[in-house]
Amino acid sequence: MENPANVKKKLPTVEIDLNQCKGCALCIESCMPKVLSLSPAYNQLGYQYAVYGGNGCTGCEACYYACPEPGAIAVYKEKKVKA
Amino acid sequence: MEPSTITVKKGKPEAIYDTFERKAGKDKLTTHYCPGCGHGRVHKLVAEALSDFGLTDKTIFISPVGCSVFAYYYMNTGNVQAPHGRAPAVGTGLCRVRPDSVVISYQGDGDLAAIGTAEIIHAANRGENMMVIFVNNAIYGMTGGQMAPTTMVGQKTQTTPRGRTVMNEGHPIRMAELISGLEAPVYVERCAVTDTKNIMKTRKAIRKAVQLQAEKKGFSFIEILSACPTGWKMTPKDSIKWIQDNLEPYFKLGTIKDVSAEREPMIKPVPTNDAEAIYSALGLQKGKTKASTDRAIGEKRIKIAGFGGQGALTAGVMLANAGMNDGLHVSWIPSYGPEMRGGTANCSVVISDRRIGSPVFESPNVLIAMNGPSLDAFEADVTAGGTIIVNSSIVERKVKRSDVKVICAPLTDLAADLGIKAAANSVAIGVYLGHEKVFERERIYDVLKTSLKKKEALALNIQAVDAGYAFAQGK
Ligand SMILES: Cc1ncc(C[n+]2csc(CCOP(=O)(O)OP(=O)(O)O)c2C)c(N)n1
Ligand code: SF4
Ligand code: SF4
Ligand code: SF4
Repeated sequence: MENPANVKKKLPTVEIDLNQCKGCALCIESCMPKVLSLSPAYNQLGYQYAVYGGNGCTGCEACYYACPEPGAIAVYKEKKVKA
Repeated sequence: MEPSTITVKKGKPEAIYDTFERKAGKDKLTTHYCPGCGHGRVHKLVAEALSDFGLTDKTIFISPVGCSVFAYYYMNTGNVQAPHGRAPAVGTGLCRVRPDSVVISYQGDGDLAAIGTAEIIHAANRGENMMVIFVNNAIYGMTGGQMAPTTMVGQKTQTTPRGRTVMNEGHPIRMAELISGLEAPVYVERCAVTDTKNIMKTRKAIRKAVQLQAEKKGFSFIEILSACPTGWKMTPKDSIKWIQDNLEPYFKLGTIKDVSAEREPMIKPVPTNDAEAIYSALGLQKGKTKASTDRAIGEKRIKIAGFGGQGALTAGVMLANAGMNDGLHVSWIPSYGPEMRGGTANCSVVISDRRIGSPVFESPNVLIAMNGPSLDAFEADVTAGGTIIVNSSIVERKVKRSDVKVICAPLTDLAADLGIKAAANSVAIGVYLGHEKVFERERIYDVLKTSLKKKEALALNIQAVDAGYAFAQGK
């Protein structure tokens, strides 16, 4: 994916594959903390794509479920496991 | 011990292919759906449930006709694509022959509530072990936005440019309520892929239906209100609001029926494809087909015609059944037309040593004309060198054709002589077999034995066959 650095950085986070995005903005609508926005630039498919500002994602997964595209959005977060 | 943390990813579920190899074009990662289309959301929820429950490989997903016709590009399950509206019929076959599978019939509202109304009602009524995902977007998306049975009153579509009216097109159909009115369905829910809350409710309903499937609890139906921004000519965001403001007040969300707790798992009888079992069920012996007896009879196209009550259709059934029991290929088609009233009733029988291409034919090589109008109607159709058997008891005129073999047999008189005028059709069969032995007379006796319960009638009909047979042999 485009920006794996995100994943390492700060969890929870959201990763949007810009070339799988159709710019419907439904993820943006669904995001309570309003940390997603539409890029001014266009992707390969010709859409303005959703981008994450890099801060404030709560890992709620609402954007994942809002997105009609199967692979456009992935949400990463930490999970506690018993050792 | 200290709990440690791992990073978990919520992304494309395993039940959706990594790349969409079946999809045409360069882009194999995105769907063919329009931006903001509800289908993609629903696909993801179904795929997530299958992945989470480990059922991906056990699932057969049926794509309909509609925008989701290509769902099989995406679903990493078993896939079948059904003709328009027929997914529940295809699903019936699938869940009967593969009772261990999870069968999902995925359908739009044009597919399910218009052209496929009969299929869905009867599959639900039989309580087939399948789950139906009914994506209701109140329009025909694929074909460019025509009215569906679920289109709202007042909604403008290609085919209701001034808006749907109750007067002209009736009320929108509430399919979930209709289905829940039937006895068999176990779980019926209506949800909406709108805001997060409702998407999560949809998720829950789909997961429940998948689980009921895995438990073989019968028929579940999940109706999902879903956006079609293109068909509605709205932005994706406005489409969501339009569902909330317009669809939800009419199509009430929630559980409409749930008797899953009371229902026992149920598996319908599994049909066999074991050749031996099929042969024995049909009373046939394997290998005892025509081919093995080397009796080449060619293809007999027999037209039997008479007025109603003469038993022309019954004679056809008897011939076909006897031929079938003899191991030949047979077909029988009655013709019911306006001519039934007083004119001729007729049927077409094919008895052949080869597979039959069509049970319908234009040129018989055998015509049994039990009355005058039948001879008038079909004489010209008989192939040159063919046979015409005429009931000379009541047909007054002569056969005009000179290029066919003509047998004038007093069918009605021969039957009347036995005291059973109604058996003229049995006489006719006897005459035919006496003329052309496609199989032994005993085959007809056997058929008569299964159809005639009264001993007397049976004996007389056998005599009638014999009388006709003797007449033809004496010729
Ligand atoms: C036998 C037959 N009749 C008509 C059509 C044309 N047709 C294709 S899709 C469709 C309606 C689809 O609407 P819906 O089921 O609501 O699915 P959507 O595209 O909205 O998802 C029709 C009428 C067809 N393909 N086959
Ligand atoms: S996971 Fe939740 S908070 Fe994070 S971007 Fe998506 S919707 Fe926003
Ligand atoms: S919901 Fe998906 S397709 Fe729509 S803008 Fe967001 S990432 Fe792009
Ligand atoms: S026409 Fe409507 S249903 Fe079809 S893909 Fe586009 S938005 Fe989806």
